[in-house]
Amino acid sequence: MSDRASPQAPKAPSKGGSTISSWRASYRRYRRDHKWLGWGIPLAAVVLAFSYPWWGLEGPLSFIFNDGLGIDNDTLFIMSIYVMLALGLNVVVGYAGLLDLGYVAFFALGAYTLGWFGSGLFSQRDVHFLDTNAARLPGIHLSFWVVVLLAGAICAFAGILIGWPTLRLRGDYLAIVTLGFGEIIPDVFRNGDDVGGHNLTNGVRGVTQLDRPGFGQSISDATGGILPVRYTSLELRPWYFTVLAMMLITVFVNLRLRDSKMGRAWIAVREDEIAASAMGVPLMRTKLWAYAIGAVFGGFAGAIYGSFINGIFPTSFSFQISVIVLVMVIVGGMGNIWGVIAGAMLISWLNFRGLDKIGERIGSLPGVSDDFSIAKYKFGIFGALLVLMMLFRPEGLIPSTRRRAEFAEGEGQATLYDARA
Amino acid sequence: MMADGNGSKNILEAVQVRKEFGGLIAVNDVDFVIPRGSIVSLIGPNGAGKTTFFNILTGVYKPTAGGVIFEGTTISGLPPHKVTALGMARTFQNIRLFHNMTAIENVLVAMHSRLKGGVWSSILGLPRLKREEDGAHERASELLAFSGLPGKEEAYAKNLSYGDQRRLEVARALATEPHLLLLDEPTAGMNPEETANFTTFVAKLRAEQDISVLLIEHDMRVVMGISDRVTVLDYGEKIAEGEPKEVQHDERVIEAYLGTAATG
Repeated sequence: MSDRASPQAPKAPSKGGSTISSWRASYRRYRRDHKWLGWGIPLAAVVLAFSYPWWGLEGPLSFIFNDGLGIDNDTLFIMSIYVMLALGLNVVVGYAGLLDLGYVAFFALGAYTLGWFGSGLFSQRDVHFLDTNAARLPGIHLSFWVVVLLAGAICAFAGILIGWPTLRLRGDYLAIVTLGFGEIIPDVFRNGDDVGGHNLTNGVRGVTQLDRPGFGQSISDATGGILPVRYTSLELRPWYFTVLAMMLITVFVNLRLRDSKMGRAWIAVREDEIAASAMGVPLMRTKLWAYAIGAVFGGFAGAIYGSFINGIFPTSFSFQISVIVLVMVIVGGMGNIWGVIAGAMLISWLNFRGLDKIGERIGSLPGVSDDFSIAKYKFGIFGALLVLMMLFRPEGLIPSTRRRAEFAEGEGQATLYDARA
Repeated sequence: MMADGNGSKNILEAVQVRKEFGGLIAVNDVDFVIPRGSIVSLIGPNGAGKTTFFNILTGVYKPTAGGVIFEGTTISGLPPHKVTALGMARTFQNIRLFHNMTAIENVLVAMHSRLKGGVWSSILGLPRLKREEDGAHERASELLAFSGLPGKEEAYAKNLSYGDQRRLEVARALATEPHLLLLDEPTAGMNPEETANFTTFVAKLRAEQDISVLLIEHDMRVVMGISDRVTVLDYGEKIAEGEPKEVQHDERVIEAYLGTAATG
């Protein structure tokens, strides 16, 4: 919807318009005349992403991507996880306009779902369902894929439970309450080792030895070993492909919802709740859907992240994550899927590897101390980045046409309505 | 033209509706009916409680006492979206379009309660849903053309001219498939030509689409020109009701409202 060529697009760039905007205009014209680009570009991006291990990790361009930028298997995985989280939060913040400062709660809940249904946490129990562990371990061990779905379902349910009372609030009030929930949920996990005598979360010691994804012997044999029996910590490519596939599902759902009846209702609610409600949009239901769908992706991401890290601790799910994911959505361009993906990739790379790499480079310069570490100033840098973005490009790196229009407001096109108001 | 309402002939009945904000009585025990197929105007000086009354009818406010019956269903206390689903639509005094959505998207949002497609079928992209969406887009285009906005589908609402924004508000309200249309000062800010066009348009609506209309209006030419009945509110109380001519000559009305308007 938002990416559709708008009627303003073919207009010649105005006098004195920057080169960038004239490029944008000609790009839009080109896009309009070459419809196949609509699916061609995403397809190319998918192919590039899946083939990254062959051209970025190793092979011709590895000296830039693997060595120079430090995008190795671990970083790739984390970046993909954050893209999923950012896309999930994009539904809540970008589409429905609900400022959620506690998104990490769903990430944590997804991870703990894996703790409950795919580890030895409940070692007195002995429940197994299609799990791919080498031996029959004590505890509840469901197939990893079932656990991922469960994590989504549990997070959706939690989203509705949390959203039911809180989504009646607006703006700042909602932000503060979600902030509270984001803090409460990790605390619940921290103190959940003695709930009426039951150890539900193992407290600060966290849950370790988590089940890994896998396809089992028979499927693995049937595919000639392409689908592994069980993912390992030595061979990281399957992890990357899996999280990439989950990310693609997230993108697909985001796209489909954006252009759906629900997507329109979300934007309408964001624009004007009273008008939306008068036009037949049920406010609570619409907001709850956004909240629950956002939560589902947080849950998916949490489950596979927990499995990859092979340890879930209450301290891993701090307020920082909520903020960083929100920054990704804002820096990338709220509401625009491609912008959010770009923002998430950039920020997560900077956060996990980029700043270290930049620091190394600076440290190796003559006259600079070897232990110079730019990563220490991480939050200062992110803060400065955010301030600069707000000053120079408040609509984000790749804004949706809608957002661009929104931020162009007040630049000499005040309507009569504004004048009257 | 219209016989006085006798129960079932009325599309809407408000019985002893009262609304208090703290100590202020905004609407004071008002009885009110809209006969099916008629155009009824609600007039009164500023602060008379017209918009409050409107908001009670559409579910934005819950009345302190009294009830509203719309097509046989009690609607007082229902949230606005349920009232809309039952077939009542409104426009706003100060235009409340979705400014950063295109004209056609504005209209499509208003079809929310009429479209069946859910979240799951949207994600899966079922053919049934695609047919429904295509149909909705087509109908939205038709509605825009009908409301005087042909070819403006992709224009952002906020970039439309003032008159076009008013037209889009009506198109959006019509998209909810209403039986009763509530227009809150629809000609405010329009020039005389636009006002005349709009009056013709409302008359056409009633004639072609079988929609009853409730109008809040300050422009007496509009009110006297198209209303079948006029109700006058002052300080939250109904002070007169009847055909435009009768109301025009009612002493209390002249005193409260028309007197100053006629000489001014």
